Amino acid sequence: MLPLATAVSLLLSLILYALLGGADFGGGIWDMLAFGPRAARQRKLIAGAIAPIWEANHVWLILAVVVLFTGFPAGFAVMMTALNIPITAMLIGIVLRGSAFIFRNYDSQSGPGQRHWSTVFGIASILTPFSQGMILGALATGQIRVADGHVSTGFFAGWLTLYALACGMFALGLFAFLAATYLTLDAKGQPDLQEDFRRRAIWSGIALVPIALVVLLASRHGAPEMFQGLTRWWAPLLFGATGLCGLGALGALWRRLFAAARAAAAGQVTLILFGWSLAQYPNLVTPDVTVENTCAPETTLRLLLLALGAGALILLPSLAFLFRLFKGDERH
Amino acid sequence: MSDFFFARSQMAMSLAFHIVFAALGIGMPLLMVMAEGAYLRTGRPVYLELSKRWAKGTAILFAVGAVSGTVLSFELGLLWPGFMGKAGAIIGMPFSLEGFAFFTEAIFIGVYLYGRSRLPPLLHWLSGAVVAISGVFSGIFVVTANAWMNAPAGFRIVGGKFTEIDPVAAMFNPASFHEVLHMTLAAFAATGFAVAAVHAFFLLRDPASLFHRCALGLALAVACVSIPLQIASGDLSARAVGRLQPAKLAAMEAIYRTEDGAPLLIGGIPDDAARTTGYALVIPHGLSLLLADSASARVTGLEEYPRKDWPNVRIVHWSFDLMVLSGFAMLALAGWSGWIWWRRPPLAGHPWLLRSLVAAGPLGFLAIESGWVVTEVGRQPWIIYNVMRTEEAVTPLPGIAVPFAAFTVLYVFLAFVVVGLLRHLFLETPGADPQLPSA
Ligand code: HDD
Ligand code: HEM
Ligand code: HEM
Repeated sequence: MLPLATAVSLLLSLILYALLGGADFGGGIWDMLAFGPRAARQRKLIAGAIAPIWEANHVWLILAVVVLFTGFPAGFAVMMTALNIPITAMLIGIVLRGSAFIFRNYDSQSGPGQRHWSTVFGIASILTPFSQGMILGALATGQIRVADGHVSTGFFAGWLTLYALACGMFALGLFAFLAATYLTLDAKGQPDLQEDFRRRAIWSGIALVPIALVVLLASRHGAPEMFQGLTRWWAPLLFGATGLCGLGALGALWRRLFAAARAAAAGQVTLILFGWSLAQYPNLVTPDVTVENTCAPETTLRLLLLALGAGALILLPSLAFLFRLFKGDERH
Repeated sequence: MSDFFFARSQMAMSLAFHIVFAALGIGMPLLMVMAEGAYLRTGRPVYLELSKRWAKGTAILFAVGAVSGTVLSFELGLLWPGFMGKAGAIIGMPFSLEGFAFFTEAIFIGVYLYGRSRLPPLLHWLSGAVVAISGVFSGIFVVTANAWMNAPAGFRIVGGKFTEIDPVAAMFNPASFHEVLHMTLAAFAATGFAVAAVHAFFLLRDPASLFHRCALGLALAVACVSIPLQIASGDLSARAVGRLQPAKLAAMEAIYRTEDGAPLLIGGIPDDAARTTGYALVIPHGLSLLLADSASARVTGLEEYPRKDWPNVRIVHWSFDLMVLSGFAMLALAGWSGWIWWRRPPLAGHPWLLRSLVAAGPLGFLAIESGWVVTEVGRQPWIIYNVMRTEEAVTPLPGIAVPFAAFTVLYVFLAFVVVGLLRHLFLETPGADPQLPSA
């Protein structure tokens, strides 16, 4: 029970990271792709939407890492060894993105500095989610092997496969879609911007479909255990629900029901990660590293869960306060 | 040079970078909250302006602290998988509590920075206070993890495996108290002196500026209260190290031979081969007196330990002296400022004091960096003292020189940008007129 509960809390922090932090990366992508007569206003909207919350959103990743290394220390060691290279790339992206964003905000508002920081911010916003997708993809390939507690397949296994690369693309598209959908709400009161992001949301939502198909097809050979998982009895239900959410989000965008679109898009992302975790379970790194064979002793897990529960008591009201304060106006 | 060397260098460089922002992340919120509190109490607009400027600086520093801290949480595994694979279950607990402290800090710094117009003044001030308090707590939690590496507790080793794990005992290990106390005070002292230096610099140009006078007053108040306490807590640390890690203490003091009534050696050149320290300033019986309040107390020298268990004596000894020297220099300055404040204010009328304060600006950070070098290099060759050697923990990945170079370039670049932005922020600070339009 305890290992499973720890794994679930790991999954929850990942989902929240994707829903909140992921959207911030998407914002960076749209910042870089801003074009046309309203580009400057689009950037301003994105900056305003991210600024007060990005630091808090980012902590979900830290929480996920901490839960991972406390709850599954040996699994953490394996991942950090085998995936050292893409994880380092992700970290460089995180450093560049966070600092470029804040530097741009505090640099003089005119001059070339702004444009340079925007470029760095955009590139880093692509590098990071792409690496993240690749890392999660690599875990399922079954190519990372462990012998006597040590990684035996070197430092390039898994993450350079078609499947992992497709996962990277998928994460990128997903975050862009999520961000554009959220931004339609942040743009409330500026109908022209709202239309810009509505269009972007719809296009990126549609573009996700072929990428998802590539991921699925690539998983057949690239991540066979994952593929098998996705053909179990619950899979059609899950695919159905995810598809419904996706269609619902697109439909709501089409009809300009932006709050509903946000809910549906968030639901879609949640279901995708949930489905991924079901297909992955009980493996952390397929096939050698599992939840059971790398978990920390019970005392640690019990204390960890206790700390997470107590932390949540402080955290959730504070977060609610933060979002009420800065995102509350848009609620209908 | 080996991958092992580069892994150590990368860890040291990342931590040395992060600790600057971490210490400011503990100290700056206090200053910002003090300034806003002074505004709420007195209603003087100069304090409001001050708290806004300091908050802007804090925002920049905080962001860099957050990203460099994220790098560290991964680097623990990227560079030391052998360590984290075993120790994660034991010291993960303080790191997860730290996670919640970060969360609170990150949430309320958003509220504080962007919520000024949306919140009643008292609530706004309170959100700043929450940032300050959670900053202190993040420091406390993470330092207990480091203390555990120095004084491992809360587990047993049976057949090479860690068993009977007790994360609570690990967190409250024998080194936690002195390290946490010393680090927290260090953050306040270093921030206080660094901020005082900036405003002293502007006061030299414009002694009439009310803005910089108020700023200097608050910064010095923090600095002058924390530095004497810090030196007292340093004494506590030294005694604790003498008990818990005698080899580290011997390296700090460059003592090779075990002696009754050991002298205190200041400076000098430790020579491992000859097992003596030449050219040092020698205070007979000094060390015994300091550590045990008795002129004839016995102090263990490095000779008691196998050669392969010695840390790098020169680095540890010189870093220790650097920290202590900086500490006493700051203490002297605090005394001088306090005396002037008491007898012949205002402080801004004393150019030599202002010049010395400017010169002393980096001292706190110098002491923090050298203090950590004492702690970390002094623990070598162990990553977990007397339990696991550092080379057993390192990643098998070859070519660590590459990420080391990449992160070094990245951090040097970030440091330049941060300094540039802060300079920009301060250069546009108001002069004599406190009634500037708000930023
Ligand atoms: C403003 C900064 C500052 C100042 C003025 C001092 N220190 Fe310090 N010292 C630190 C900042 C620091 C630190 C960077 O924060 C360390 C590193 C680890 C720790 O717990 O604190 C440290 C470590 C540290 C240690 C090693 C602790 C360990 O390894 O467990 C000792 C023995 C001392 N200090 C002793 C002193 C003494 C006798 C001082 C007298 C002047 C002194 N420090 C001033
Ligand atoms: C909670 C805080 C800290 C933790 C958990 C921590 C952990 C570590 C670890 C795991 C290593 C690598 C293994 C080793 O060399 O023993 C290391 C090395 C090192 N750290 Fe720390 N550290 C902390 C704080 C700091 C800070 C703030 C500095 C600032 C300068 C620092 C300086 C160093 C140095 C210089 C080394 C290299 C030592 C050597 O290999 O000779 N550490 N630390
Ligand atoms: C191995 C050692 C360390 C790790 C893994 C680590 C990790 C982190 C992380 C992940 C953050 C970002 C949190 C956020 O997003 O808000 C952070 C920030 C911070 N860290 Fe560290 N840290 C380490 C060492 C230290 C040390 C030695 C201190 C000393 C007191 C410290 C104090 C802080 C503080 C106060 C912050 C708040 C952010 C800021 O104000 O810059 N950390 N750290």
